[in-house]
Amino acid sequence: MSHRELIRDAFASKTPLNIQGGGSKGFLQPAPVPAKTLHTTDLTGILDYQPEELFVRARAGTRLQEIEKLLRQKQQMLPFDPPRFSPAATLGGSIASGLSGPSRPWWGAARDFVLGCVLINGRGERLRFGGEVIKNVAGYDVSRLQCGAWGTLGLLEEISIKTLPAPEEEITLELELDESDALEKIREWNRQPLPLCGAVWHQGLLRIRLSGNAAAVAQGRLRIGGERSGNTGFWEQLKEHRLDFFHSAKPLWRISLPRDCPAMKLPGEILVDWGGAQRWLLSDSSMEVLSQIAANAGGHASPFHPNRPVPLDPGLMRLHQRLKNAFDPAGILNPGRLFP
Amino acid sequence: MSLTPELGSALKDILPDDGLILEPEMLRAYECDGLTAKRGLPLAVALPRTGKQVQAVVRLCHEHRLPIVPRGAGTGLSGGAQPLSNGLVLSLARMQRILEINPDNLSARVQPGVRNLAVSDAARAHGLYYAPDPSSQIACTIGGNVAENSGGVHCLKYGLTVHNILQLQLVTAEGELLEIGSNALDSPGYDLLALLTGSEGLLGIITEVTVKLLPIPPAARVMLAAFDSVEQAGQAVGAIIAAGIVPAGLEMMDNRSLRAAEDFVHAGYPVDAAAILLCEMDGTQTEVHEQLERVERILLRYGCSSMRASDSEEERTRIWAGRKAAFPAVGRISPDYYCMDGTIPRHRLPEVLSRIEAMSGKYSLNVANVFHAGDGNLHPLILYDASKPGELARAEKFGGEILALCVEVGGTITGEHGVGSEKIDQMCVQFHSMELQQFHAIKKAFDETALFNPGKAIPTLHRCAELGAMHVHNGELPFPDLERF
Repeated sequence: MSHRELIRDAFASKTPLNIQGGGSKGFLQPAPVPAKTLHTTDLTGILDYQPEELFVRARAGTRLQEIEKLLRQKQQMLPFDPPRFSPAATLGGSIASGLSGPSRPWWGAARDFVLGCVLINGRGERLRFGGEVIKNVAGYDVSRLQCGAWGTLGLLEEISIKTLPAPEEEITLELELDESDALEKIREWNRQPLPLCGAVWHQGLLRIRLSGNAAAVAQGRLRIGGERSGNTGFWEQLKEHRLDFFHSAKPLWRISLPRDCPAMKLPGEILVDWGGAQRWLLSDSSMEVLSQIAANAGGHASPFHPNRPVPLDPGLMRLHQRLKNAFDPAGILNPGRLFP
Repeated sequence: MSLTPELGSALKDILPDDGLILEPEMLRAYECDGLTAKRGLPLAVALPRTGKQVQAVVRLCHEHRLPIVPRGAGTGLSGGAQPLSNGLVLSLARMQRILEINPDNLSARVQPGVRNLAVSDAARAHGLYYAPDPSSQIACTIGGNVAENSGGVHCLKYGLTVHNILQLQLVTAEGELLEIGSNALDSPGYDLLALLTGSEGLLGIITEVTVKLLPIPPAARVMLAAFDSVEQAGQAVGAIIAAGIVPAGLEMMDNRSLRAAEDFVHAGYPVDAAAILLCEMDGTQTEVHEQLERVERILLRYGCSSMRASDSEEERTRIWAGRKAAFPAVGRISPDYYCMDGTIPRHRLPEVLSRIEAMSGKYSLNVANVFHAGDGNLHPLILYDASKPGELARAEKFGGEILALCVEVGGTITGEHGVGSEKIDQMCVQFHSMELQQFHAIKKAFDETALFNPGKAIPTLHRCAELGAMHVHNGELPFPDLERF
């Protein structure tokens, strides 16, 4: 049976479905309600890749690694640098989770690079939105809406993504600074035309990644100073959460903040990512406490471990439920994932 | 049809002084947007100055089932702000305060009626600017930009409006005020920011926008390159991108449009060229210099017959002036023109242009092509004379055929101008009924009673079914009830 038929049947019988790709990001979501698992791992294959047109189109169950490898052969990349967390990670899972790597503040997020998709909604209808072209304003942007929707609006069958040329040069600079000075420096550099694509502070060390045109990187290096680091694997380890920091028994939290948010006291050990706009926190504190701290600073806190979904304001929540209902009227797709 | 006295006085209470227009002679100013062929008078025009007034107007209209057509500066080209004879135009043009520039968060919080260029002007003191630059940027408003997901000549490198905003304040159909997005880079829940951008005023009224700002690049130079054939120019575009270069802007003009522009603004274009490319590089001095050298080598390899890089800011501005004046320039060589807005995969350009040329013969109407070459967004300008019997109808048929061709080669019926009331029928070509139904379901989730801009952007299935029947019959798309220009 095709995925469309399976979903159509589930819609008719109101059977909850748990959509699963490579299973690499399952740990991020609350334990799903008992449901039949619908695997996407057989939806594989790169359908079209045209480097000159700057796009790749693939079935959702295609492994991210495979796509990244193909792009590398043509000196291109997925600019949002999605974390895999396992070799099994799929393109569909990356878009459904909407996660982006350390370059996000400067190069953009997963949602910024989605051009189109084929989606099977909760009625089992196969729908095509967007396309392969960069500019397309016909109809509502349903494709980007799937980013971070965790499959609650439909099963992604095919996705088109904008690709970009890989940078000519990449270097990492290290500067010894305390948190407050490091964030101050980042704020200053953010306002200048520098080829920044990573800024991380942890335990007194600020690491800056510059990448792009060689001349621009060389000039940026002069401006920023510090020592050039030979630890080229750092950014991959950070993205994949393989740094020692992440090997902790304490629950991991992600605090998303405005880019100008200064050093702040958080109840636990922190690693500052995205130049301050994303702070990783190891803490036993409750969601209520952390949400309050983040909200006071203009951001939000979300668990990066199995936990309940982040609560939304009542007005927004109503709108979310109506939107969910517009795609999945029987409520069968990934119940419990995004809503309590 | 007119407003009931009760409703009129309730609106006046919300919008004192000159905040409400009821007089027919003053309503005239709002009878159309940039799509001037489609005109009509609304019952009234509301000109709120605050978000609270917007909320109160929406609540009142919701209660009385009075449709609302939101409007910014009215520069849109697809009739998105075309009034409804039984509705209210809600103009956000008086909400034009820049509320905050925050250089450290690289953001600006503005009211929806702030002009696009005013944001960059205000940010300049901090060395920052707002990247999306639609050609109407002197006049068009940020609220309208969000509603249309506006692009501009620099969107290949810097993205569209959807890539350059952080937060919206939205008044829902029930009059509730919602914060969508945040000052942080992401927010919990669905990406409503993406869904609302480009929703053409159908899902809510935007009362505040926080945009992202970028550091102004220290250097920018544009290369003007001439080609003896459009095909060669098209291949050069592909080669530049394939070489790993993402220019800040990459534009193409064919002979008819470049001649018109040259006659108009004297930009120094080579009038004998079959096509010209404008390729802009920005970044640090050295970076721009290096990239231009690489572009030069590629252009030569692809048969460029002459080229010139701008050596001063004045020269750069002059070269761009020709491109930016292309539409009015074409307006000087023809009594009327009809501007199309399809996007195609770039490598299909030679084929698409030669088929447009063939259509031009078939309809006996000339066409001038202006092309955002870097991102595949094609603006064929169909030249016609509305005073000659039958020319308008031919121009419309010609246009419909071009858009159907864009869809056929894997593109879209609108790259940046939106669907509005203009391209409502072509939506039936691009989407199947199940997709349209999904769009209607989304609309209903936001606006159950179809209060906001009803009838625009998404066609009813009924309308498409009728068109489809005729489509099969004639083998081409008719637009019997659409008057244009």
